[in-house]
Amino acid sequence: MTNSCLLCGVGGQGTVLASKMIAFAAMEKGENVRTAETIGMAQRGGSVVSHVRVGGSIKSPIIPMHGADVLIAFEPAEAVRCLDYLKEGGMVIVNKKAVKPVTSSLAGSEYDGKEMLSYLQRKVKKLVLVDGDAVCAKCGSAKVLNMALLAAAVKAGALPMDIKELESAIEKRLPERFREINLKAIHMTEGEVMP
Amino acid sequence: MQLLMGNEAIAMGAIQAGVNLVAGYPGTPSTEILETVARENDGSIYVEWSVNEKAALEVAAGASYAGARTLVTMKQVGLNVASDALMSLAYVGCVGGMVIVAADDPGPISSQTEQDTRTFASFAKIPVFDPASPEEAFEMVQDAFAISEKYNTPVLLRPTTRVCHGCASMEIDAAGKYRNVPKGFVKDTGRFVIFPRTSYLNHKKIEERNPQIGDLFSEYMGNKHKVYGDAKKPKRLGIATSGISYAYTREAIIMDGYDKRDFSLLKIGTPFPFPAKLALEFLQQVDEVLCMEELDPVIEKELLLLCGQHHLPVRIHGKLDKTAPCAGENSVELARCLLADFFDKKVVEELCVNTGTGADRPALPVRPPVLCAGCPHRASFYAVKQAVKGRKAVFSGDIGCYTLGNAKPLDMVDTCLCMGADVTIAQGLQRVEPDTLHFAFIGDSTFFASGMTGVVNAVYNQTDIILVVLDNSTTAMTGHQPHPGTGKTMMGGISEKVSIEKVLLAMGVSYVTTVNPFHQKEALRAVEEAAACDGVRAVIFQAPCIAVTKPAAGFSVNQDKCIQCKKCIRDLGCPAIVVEDGRVMIEPSLCYGCTLCAQVCPAKAIEGVGKERGACDK
Repeated sequence: MTNSCLLCGVGGQGTVLASKMIAFAAMEKGENVRTAETIGMAQRGGSVVSHVRVGGSIKSPIIPMHGADVLIAFEPAEAVRCLDYLKEGGMVIVNKKAVKPVTSSLAGSEYDGKEMLSYLQRKVKKLVLVDGDAVCAKCGSAKVLNMALLAAAVKAGALPMDIKELESAIEKRLPERFREINLKAIHMTEGEVMP
Repeated sequence: MQLLMGNEAIAMGAIQAGVNLVAGYPGTPSTEILETVARENDGSIYVEWSVNEKAALEVAAGASYAGARTLVTMKQVGLNVASDALMSLAYVGCVGGMVIVAADDPGPISSQTEQDTRTFASFAKIPVFDPASPEEAFEMVQDAFAISEKYNTPVLLRPTTRVCHGCASMEIDAAGKYRNVPKGFVKDTGRFVIFPRTSYLNHKKIEERNPQIGDLFSEYMGNKHKVYGDAKKPKRLGIATSGISYAYTREAIIMDGYDKRDFSLLKIGTPFPFPAKLALEFLQQVDEVLCMEELDPVIEKELLLLCGQHHLPVRIHGKLDKTAPCAGENSVELARCLLADFFDKKVVEELCVNTGTGADRPALPVRPPVLCAGCPHRASFYAVKQAVKGRKAVFSGDIGCYTLGNAKPLDMVDTCLCMGADVTIAQGLQRVEPDTLHFAFIGDSTFFASGMTGVVNAVYNQTDIILVVLDNSTTAMTGHQPHPGTGKTMMGGISEKVSIEKVLLAMGVSYVTTVNPFHQKEALRAVEEAAACDGVRAVIFQAPCIAVTKPAAGFSVNQDKCIQCKKCIRDLGCPAIVVEDGRVMIEPSLCYGCTLCAQVCPAKAIEGVGKERGACDK
């Protein structure tokens, strides 16, 4: 059994840590893991992706096109940008809040992500919307967005782990001062499963 | 089990091999190797960020002369900087094992060129290892030390981005750790002083030695010849591959079921000296070969050479006959397309173009990398832009985050070539266009790496340029490494900070002034004054990178005062300033409270409590 998860977002949103948590939780269960990250120039506000692949038969750290079981998108347009990675029948977990690029502010175009979300609703059968902003507001930190999205993915059954296993990975791998707030974010998150 | 990034695996492999000294210069995708050694150091390893790659390689060579095992880390273009030392060292050789990691970047994803370090290895005539995964990189770095010591030659290890930045769950057995005790430097001028006569003799020795290493490599486990199906069947196909392309090829073979077919697979882990015996064994079993490799057609050319030498009627396909793309990185999709064509003359359309999302996909916002909200470079570029408004000026830029100053709306980087070239390109432009103002922008780490000689050249040859040093107290682009101006070292010590201002004055720069770019009025005045002088003058903009300082309280737009002129957006291009429902807003999670937009706003509508952003907190 293999599981390929693509995390996508904008540089600075915390995709790398989220991918590490999936990897750690899977390794606790004795699984082999391969991951790949965007590091370097593209991180500065650009589109970023993290690939996490769990299972023994995997060779490439990069998920092939139409090879992802789940897409965890930190931003609506980034979900659309990466949709070709998703398997037929795969699941998309998406944060509702749009991150506006400087280019669109400069061009005077008002990108707000709504068009992207409605496109996703048309195209994706298994779609879970997450109000990441609300979870961050309740926790008092913008930095918990990654855990909120992970929690939504786990609760929707998209990842090869349950919520206890995710919590245990956080407890084992995160520095103590970050644990409580991240665990809180996990409990606060309720993804909105689209019909 | 540990989750190790390829770069971490290389570092752990070097520690396992008993490395005594590690030196390098930061550069994506190589940076984490040295950082990992520093982090895992039990105190027995000397680790330094050198000022540049040439210095790093020379420091390591000296230590190797004295019997230390040494590791040098850099990105591929760093090897160009270090090449003067490397080409000669290849002749002189080393004593303690010496491994140079030069990380290649197919794509390129974060680099200036798509050069291939395998080609560099054959140019320098030294062995090179090409790992296909983090696990293999861990093994290969240890094997590279052994080969280096056996043949007294520096050895290259060239991972590519997907190996460097890919992670794998791995088991590391620390018990087998090798311990190297340097024996000390034994004087031998015939060996360590390079002279034309000794170089002639050394050249001969190297040419005799390399085929021997090639033979050894034919037996090496990093090189593989695997037969699928019936080896005797006529009209057999062969696939030759290396590095991450080996992973993509194997994934494609499994996905599309080729593992049930009759073919041979050659995986090359040591491209130079080429394992000719193993490759010949492969070529003798096949009629047609597909080469799957990134960057240069290194394996392809070696196979063609062997076919010529041995009169083998094998057709070799790859980059040279345009079967495979000549530039960019490979992928599983590319492997699937090429294999479908190679095995069955089939075109896999759904893989060649992205069709999955359909034609009704909304236009996606473009997201190029930009200077961060609160970045001091934005303030520096803006001050220069305002100061020279209406005058003819050229802005020569350099390598670092500040290359991003070329994006609109700042549009303040007209040239960027290589490390340190801003200072010297500006001088050449000035010779042809003496009536234009010539600005040269350079970061603090780049200044120490390769900017200083260019400044001396400018002073000596009496040119007329304005040097702008963007001093953010760190090497930002590669992930915030210390440098001589910060005084921090990788051994945890604090050394005397090297003052850029004092260095410039000592070099004879006539006008040097240091100013905080977030004090826009003063910054503007400093640039105006410098522009009004002649000769070589310098403005040092000093304010720390947002990553090495704590954010101040964020700013917000007072909607009663805002006149919706959008000057803040049009002039600055800060990612924290957005338009929401037609109104200008500041995204609180992104704002660092740098104050720049508040200083630019003509209606004084941007409000907040500014903090002095002159000092570094960390």
